[in-house]
Amino acid sequence: MAALDLGRRTPALDAGQGLEKLATYPFCVLTWVDEDGYPVSVAVTATIDPATRTARFEAPAGPPLPGDAELSLTGSHIRPQPGYGYDERRHVTVWGRPTAAAGGRIVLTATRAWGWDEAEVPFFEYSERSSGQSRRYFDALSAERGTPVKPRLAFGSLVLRSTRLPFLSATIVPVLLGIAIAASDGFFDWPTALLTVLGAAFVHLGLNVSNDVFDTAQGADDANVTPTKFSGGSRVIQYGLVSFRQMATLATVFYLVAGVIGLVLLAVRGSTELLVIGAVGFVVSLGYTAPPLKFVYRGLGEIAVAIGFGPLMLLGAYVVQTRGALSWEPFVASLPIALLVALILYVNEIPDRRGDARAGKRTLPVRWSKSAVIAGYRLAAVAAYAIVAGGVVVGLLPWPALFALLTVPLALQVSRGLEPYYDNPYGLMAIMAVNIKVHLYVGLVLLAAYAAVLVAGAAAPSVDLFLG
Amino acid sequence: MATLPEPIEALLDVALVGELSVVDPTGRPVTYPLIPLYDGERIYLTSSTLFSRKLEHIKANPKVSLSLTDPIALGGRTDRATIQGDARVIEEDPHGGWERLLPIWEKKEPSIVYFLKERVALPLFFERSLIEITPRRALYWADGDPARPPVATDVPRKEAA
Repeated sequence: MAALDLGRRTPALDAGQGLEKLATYPFCVLTWVDEDGYPVSVAVTATIDPATRTARFEAPAGPPLPGDAELSLTGSHIRPQPGYGYDERRHVTVWGRPTAAAGGRIVLTATRAWGWDEAEVPFFEYSERSSGQSRRYFDALSAERGTPVKPRLAFGSLVLRSTRLPFLSATIVPVLLGIAIAASDGFFDWPTALLTVLGAAFVHLGLNVSNDVFDTAQGADDANVTPTKFSGGSRVIQYGLVSFRQMATLATVFYLVAGVIGLVLLAVRGSTELLVIGAVGFVVSLGYTAPPLKFVYRGLGEIAVAIGFGPLMLLGAYVVQTRGALSWEPFVASLPIALLVALILYVNEIPDRRGDARAGKRTLPVRWSKSAVIAGYRLAAVAAYAIVAGGVVVGLLPWPALFALLTVPLALQVSRGLEPYYDNPYGLMAIMAVNIKVHLYVGLVLLAAYAAVLVAGAAAPSVDLFLG
Repeated sequence: MATLPEPIEALLDVALVGELSVVDPTGRPVTYPLIPLYDGERIYLTSSTLFSRKLEHIKANPKVSLSLTDPIALGGRTDRATIQGDARVIEEDPHGGWERLLPIWEKKEPSIVYFLKERVALPLFFERSLIEITPRRALYWADGDPARPPVATDVPRKEAA
């Protein structure tokens, strides 16, 4: 089926198409408005001819049909699912005027049709396309009451949704890894380690919220009608749960808190390296969607995320502990994390690609063909695992890091899932969830590998977990 | 207190879906499939604010009907009914006011409780207004055959206490 126009909730149906759909139902519900002004409905069996745009049926006994007022014929279908409810929802209505035919039959000449079939427009997309109707409803209710009436969420849920808190794992993993590598090199300071985690988390939260602000300002979130749990932004502005101004304020607060923590870290563990990493990190974070940089709109979003959530997070955490000393080890450890976090964004951009294209967001899935996107995933995933293995072989990463290869089946699951679900945003959700696990598990394995290095260093200094 | 003939109440109790018909500003009927919820006196339906055009129509013209016609949605029953009535939109609290009907809703669609727990994922779907129908007249087709006249029952109007 061709993609629906942005402004439509359901595909446009002319009377003939409506009748074609109606003909697939075993009976129709004939409805008219009686002389008292109430609708009245009777089930009828109709003979439908889409070519002549007519439906013929026996005049029902009982309440008289109106002479010339419009009637409707509705077909409705569900499939009951005991213990669950039902599925396979679809319905269609055609309207037209009746004329009497021979043998007491009625001929309805259809002029208009409307319907919804969840096989054509999935429920979640239909809901998303209807969010404007919800806004109009609340606006009207507010006007009626003379006071603002808004949709609500419990505070905890609203915080979770607005900030996209669960995605913080993408920050926590590289920061803890940087701290762990520094600790294995003999540098560790609890207070600044904690401050680093907090500072990085606030930068990430600032990024998440500012991303919604700037994507809304540039029309990208409004253009996306297939958001999922993992893609398409938090939608809190689109849903009227939080105002644009509130989100902008929240992003500012997050960045200010992150900035203050950064200044404290500079004051107590200052180094040129930390200053540079912090400054670049801020620019990459804010510039991800904010003008004038708008990395993600220029096709640089994946690279920005890879750099930001890979080397910058990991090396930043490392240099806080080492007071500026850098080494190849944390850089090499950051590369698989960088690739895998970029792949989270990359896969999450697949269901967004039509909306992104409409908004001028030139992500890789917008620019590349399906086969190129899938090949790109495979190449990057292979590179991530190859770097882990190579890092171990050359002695830059501890050998327990090889356990990261145990996640290869998950990456394969993602790779294989992209093909069948590429055009099914809701089917792709399970694949996106697995892809997030690939990044998380590889990060946790690397973290565990360095925990093993620390334990071995303390308990059995003669044991070397590095090859060569 | 029951206000409808017993067979129609029995249909309302089992119906997974009925067809709510309202009258739009041009005087034309518009039909929406919805889950009917019956408390023994009035019929309730809920409408998400996402799909709230029907509420606009009802506020402008409260005359509605609810038909129960589909044997598949009626647990295999082949009798049919149409209930005409006056509808009122209850929207004091779209966030939670409708939840008082959750026990009746859950009996028909158990998954709704699971989805409600995931409210954070579908916030606007669970901003809902209630449509309360006070029945005025009921038409009942015992054999579901529209070729036979239905049994019509006028539902007496009760004065407010």
